[in-house]
Parts: sequence; structure tokens; C-alpha cells
Amino acid sequence: MTIAIFLVFVSLVLFVSSWTSRKAKGVGGYFAANNSIHWGVNGIAFAGGYLSVASFLGIAGLIAFFGYDGFLYSIGFLAGWIVALFIIAEPMKKRGTFTFSDALNRTFSKPGIQLSAGLSVLVVSLFYLVPQMVGAGVLVEPLFGIPHYWGVILVGTVVIIIVAGGGMTSTTYVQFFNGGLLLTFAAVLTIAVLGRGIDVDQRTMEEGSDGLESYRFARIGFNEATQSFQTNDLVLPRITERFPIIDRYTGEEGPVFYRISHVIPAVSTGTGTYSAQIKGRAPFFQLPPGPGALWMLEEQAGNPGIRIQDWWRLERSSTGQDYLVEAQSRTMTPQGLSFINGAPESPANRLRQMGSVTRIPDEYGTRTGALGPVRLLSILSDNQTIIQQPKSVSFTSGSGDRVSLYYELPLSGYQFMRPGLMFPLEARAGEPPATTLLNRLNFISLMLALFLGTAALPHILIRYYTVPSAEAARKSTIVAIGGIGLFYILTMYLGVGAIIAGALHPETSNMSAPLLARSFGELLFALISGIAFTTVLATVSGLIMAASGAVAHDLMGNLARREFSDGAKVRAGRIVAVVVGLIGIVLGIAFRGMNVSFLVGWAFAVAASANLPALVFMLFWKKTTAQGITASILTGIISSVTLILLSPDMWGRYGFDPSTAPMPINQPGIISIPLSFLVIIGVSLVTGKKQAE
Amino acid sequence: MAHKNSLNTMGYEQRKSALGVRMTTLYSVVYIGFVGVSVFRPQWMGVRAIFGLNLAIAYGLGLILFAIILAVIYNYLCKVPVEHSGKQQDADGQAFPSRGDNP
Repeated sequence: MTIAIFLVFVSLVLFVSSWTSRKAKGVGGYFAANNSIHWGVNGIAFAGGYLSVASFLGIAGLIAFFGYDGFLYSIGFLAGWIVALFIIAEPMKKRGTFTFSDALNRTFSKPGIQLSAGLSVLVVSLFYLVPQMVGAGVLVEPLFGIPHYWGVILVGTVVIIIVAGGGMTSTTYVQFFNGGLLLTFAAVLTIAVLGRGIDVDQRTMEEGSDGLESYRFARIGFNEATQSFQTNDLVLPRITERFPIIDRYTGEEGPVFYRISHVIPAVSTGTGTYSAQIKGRAPFFQLPPGPGALWMLEEQAGNPGIRIQDWWRLERSSTGQDYLVEAQSRTMTPQGLSFINGAPESPANRLRQMGSVTRIPDEYGTRTGALGPVRLLSILSDNQTIIQQPKSVSFTSGSGDRVSLYYELPLSGYQFMRPGLMFPLEARAGEPPATTLLNRLNFISLMLALFLGTAALPHILIRYYTVPSAEAARKSTIVAIGGIGLFYILTMYLGVGAIIAGALHPETSNMSAPLLARSFGELLFALISGIAFTTVLATVSGLIMAASGAVAHDLMGNLARREFSDGAKVRAGRIVAVVVGLIGIVLGIAFRGMNVSFLVGWAFAVAASANLPALVFMLFWKKTTAQGITASILTGIISSVTLILLSPDMWGRYGFDPSTAPMPINQPGIISIPLSFLVIIGVSLVTGKKQAE
Repeated sequence: MAHKNSLNTMGYEQRKSALGVRMTTLYSVVYIGFVGVSVFRPQWMGVRAIFGLNLAIAYGLGLILFAIILAVIYNYLCKVPVEHSGKQQDADGQAFPSRGDNP
């Protein structure tokens, strides 16, 4: 059914696109939808284009895994629209024809300006394309069971058809269609979350129709001092390894993990094959185990048993009674064998979903029933509430295995629902003051880029040219703010709903919203996944459209130093759409596995650094010169991109130690945005004086 | 008449632009306040503020709602004709039907 609904959505998008593409004749039709779009439609299309998978999947995932800190993206993404509405919308509409560099060109009419502005649109679009493509792959992987890259290729192909075929008209209606769907179904899902309330004993269905109930991790008595087990639940347990996470500043032990070998009962399912229950799943064991296998057959009083090795987290209590809590693991042996929770990895043996609320304030007992939107958040942020936050750690074990552990850490609602889990702003024990300062700068830098980036995003800027008047541009921006603001409030409920439902895939935060939908049934899951996919299509269409306009309209004429005919421009626009789409496919495959919201943060930083100073100064400072604008745009692009390439996160991607990266923080905005502003002021003053002489 | 109209348009545009800058400044101050508290007084964010919500949630949701409210107010103010320009208003109250802005 999922696949059917999914295909229905994709066909609807293609239908909308081909039906509207007939209107997209001529250069004005292709690049600006003949300025004929109604402001209401344009407003929802703004929302549909702007609310990318980063907003839908990324933020919900970050809130589910890191609590309040994920919501900071919602706040920043919306706040940026204030700049777009009050400062940029109407003047941009008045000055431009098709692209943002038109507006610059009309004010200064110097060829260099259009060239640098076109270049910046191209760079920002590509940066923004990467997370969208990554998101597409993430969605398709669990839906169809096909590899990540197929999702990326699928999105790329459909989008190329939309943009190259119908230009801005089709793009607008695809975004309108998507914006409507997104708002509607985010609201539906939120109502479902509120209706369900919180139940600490709740078991929701995992993986839909398979009838697999969500799993509660076992907790057994243990004495850390004597290393002895106080349980009958484990058969013949032996501790094979102890792994503590050492705090890098205090040198003290943080969470401690035990690798325990024990025997689980098995049933024979054929010659040399056995099946055993592990964490609610029934993986198969095929004799002989083979070299390097982490299991062996061990009969117990004549009954078959399998000895496996799995991992447990030590929970120390103040009363002296310790516990071991089950963790999940992915282990890669030196021989290249992969094990999940101690058994060979297979379609029958995958990681379980995680997250839960295990305690709520006493006055509610164990379940709340349906809750209002304010009450739900107030209960979740209560000091008595206990939320199990999914965490992970990777290391090489004593036996040379690459181990990734996924475990739950109990947190009070007070800790979960306030800033600090993803962006550590408070100084931790033993932390050098410089690190605290850098953490804070990183956070300020991100919030600055989000605030200033929105108004400078190319696929947002081109939408001002599809409406007939400056007034319509303003009105559609207001519709956008209303719709997008509502959506971002809903993201909070999607995120907390996912952790309440225990719908968190430990290896990908991006799947939290669709898995939340799945806990309500396959139909909602199929719908949400379909919408997530059209969200990618809508945003990517806008980006490719912006890039296509930039090349065909701004760069081509300038580089060739001659004026092209309208027909040639449209042809070039279509060709560029295909090429940029193909580049997007390649980058989407290369950046697999990064959180999409995080990547989008970078795109905002590049946009804010390259475009915003030019826009603001063009509008508000009479002494601005063409040279100042060009220098500022180039400085913004080069500085922000360079700082990102030298950041700790990218350093890790290259395979180096992130702490040795030349740039100490991940977010470049706090350096590159002021730098770009300084350059525009400096160069304008110097060149202005020269011109006066 | 056309001359007079364009002068008024100029006044209207300048007024609107000044209004936009003032509203952006107002919102920026509230936004900077949010970032400032998060960075320098993070412990305040956990304190109960209103309706049983802590300051972090109340301030965050408040910022989103504040943006929507400001947008609506701005639109309302932009519709109101500039002082002394009541005569240029057309029947449906739109001060400046801006079809003429089309490129």
C-alpha cells in the first residue's frame, strides 16, 4: 500500500506539472510564470518550497533525539521571514524581472554584478540541494527496501522533468500542492499525537502490519563491586568486556557498558539451522558459525541454546543496588561479518526502534489520556517526567571489533525540554573556558545565519517575480509566514510525539516523523512518506529553477558578452536544469548519513554571507557602489565555503580528527556575514571616492 | 495630478520602508533576547514561565506567534492610506493598486 500511495503522489505531482506547463510558454512564462500567480497560491507555494525535508524530517528528528534544541531550528527558520517580509519583498519585486541579480543590475547596471550574483545563486542552490537529495534517499531506503542512491536518482529524474518541462509555472503549482499537503497532514499527525496522550506502559506497533510491538529494554540486578549478576533472566552469563566512556575534560567515567556472553534457548528449524528470540525478533543461526562469528551452539540439559554476546549499560543507583540495562549493538568483526544485537545481521534481525517516556508526574498515574497542546508540553517539561533519550557511541572493542552501541539514557523532562542537549551552552565540569566560548559562538553563529539567510535564499527570491505586483508580493509573504509559522509549531509535536511513541530509528534521526506516523497505522505512514517525498520534489524544483535562471539569464549573456534571444535563454534554462539536477544526484549520494537540518544550516550561512549584505545595502545605503556589491558577494561565498570546508565536521568527513580542524567551530556565519558587510562598506567608500574624483 | 500621485507614492513607499525597518528592529531585539538568554543564562530557560510551560518553550513559541502577529499588523498598516492622501484612495480602499509596477 505504501508503494501505491507513493506512486499516486508522484503521478499527481507529474500531472500538476504537465497540466500547468502549457502555460509556461516564452521567456516570461518559463522564468517567472508570466507574473500571473495569485498571491494566495504564491503564499502557499512559498511554504511548499521553503518547508523542505529539513523542516519536515530533519527538525522532527532533532526534537525527537535532542529535545528542545531541535526546535531552535524552527525558531530561526521562521524568524528569517521577518527580514524577508519587512525589508526585501516589495523592493525586490519593484526592481527585478526574473532573478535577484536583475534587481542589482537595474540599480547599478554593471556587468560584473550580474556575474557575481548569478554565481552566488548557483553556489547557494547547490549547497541547499545536497540535504534535499540526502533526505530523498533516506525516505526511499526503508520504503522500498532499495538502496539510498536509488531514492536520490528518482528525485533527480522527476525534478528534472518538472523543471525542464514546465519552468516556474509548474514549479509554483507543485510547490502549492505540496504546501497544502504538508500543512494538512502535519496537523492531522499532531491531532493524533494529542489524542494518544502519554502512557508509560504503552506499546505501539513497530513496522506496521508485521504486528511487532515496540520493545522495552530489559533491566537486571547487578553488583558492580563483585561483578555478580542478581538475576535468573540470563543463562550462564559471563562478562567478556567492560567499556567506560571517559569524560574528555574530567577524566572520569561516564556511561559504562558491559559485553556479556550468555545462552538463549533456541529451536531447530531444519538441518543445522536454529532460531532464537533476541529483543523480540527471531534471527536465524546457520551451523557452522564460521571463523570470527560471535555466537556458538551450546546445549543446555539436552535443549539447544545459542551463546551470544550482547551489550548492557550499567546503571548505578544511590542505594548501592546497580542494574544493567539492555543496549543495542552493531558489531563489525575484523573478518567483515556484521552482527546486530549479537546475532548475524539479516532482514529478520535489524535494530529495534528506541525512545519512550517511562514516568509522568504522579497526579497522572501511568497514563494521561488525550491532552491539549499546552498541557502535553507542560507535562513533558516537568521535573518528575522521565524521558529515555536514544544515544550512541562507536569504538573498537578489545577483540578488535568495530562496535556501535545504541542505548537509552533517562533524562528528566526538565533537561529534555530546554536548550543544552545538542548545543552545550553551559560550561561543563572541567571544560576549558575556550571550549565553552567556542560552543556559544557556534550557537550564535547558527542563529545569526538562520535569521539572515532566509531572505537571501535564491529559490525564495525568485518567487517574488511570479506575482503581478509589489502588493501581491507582500500579501503572499504574509500568507507564507502564517502557514510556515503554524507548521513550525506543529514540528514540536511531531518530534515529541515520535519519542513518546518509541518511534526512533537509532541510526537515522531523519525517519522519526514517518515512523511516528507508522505507529498510527500503515495508511498514515504511507501518506506521510509520500508527502515527504513530494516535499523534496517541491524544494528541489525551486532550487533547480533558481540555478537555471541564474545561468541562463545572468551568467550566459555576461560570459559570452552578447545578448541572447528569448528562445535561446529558455533552451539554455532547460539544459541547465538537467545539468544541475545531475550534479545534485551525485552530491546527494556523497553526503549520505548527515542530518538534513544540519546541512541546511550551512546553506543558510552561505546565502546570508553572499547575498544579504548586497541586498540590504542596495536598498538602504546610497553610497553603495557596484564594485562594493561584487566584492561583498564574492567575499561572502569564498569565506563561508572555505570556513565550512575547514570545519571540524568536514575534517571528520575527510577522515581526520575533527578536533585538529583549522576552523574550531562548525558554523561559519559569525565570521563570514560580518566580513561580507565590512567588505561592502569598505569597497563602496573607496570606489565611491574614486568615482567622485 | 499624476505628478502629485507619484509624490504621494514616494511618501507612502518611504513610510512603508521605515515601518518595515522599525518592525524588523523590534523583532530583532526580541530574537537577540532569546539567543542571549540561551547563551548567557541557560538555566533561566528551564524556569516555569506561563501555562505550566518553561521559559524556553514559551519564548520559542512566542517568537513564532509574534512573527505572525507582526506580519498581520504590517499588512494592515500598509493598507491604511498615508496622511493627506485620502483622495488618491480608490473605492475598495486600496491605496496603491500597483499594476504599474509590472516590468
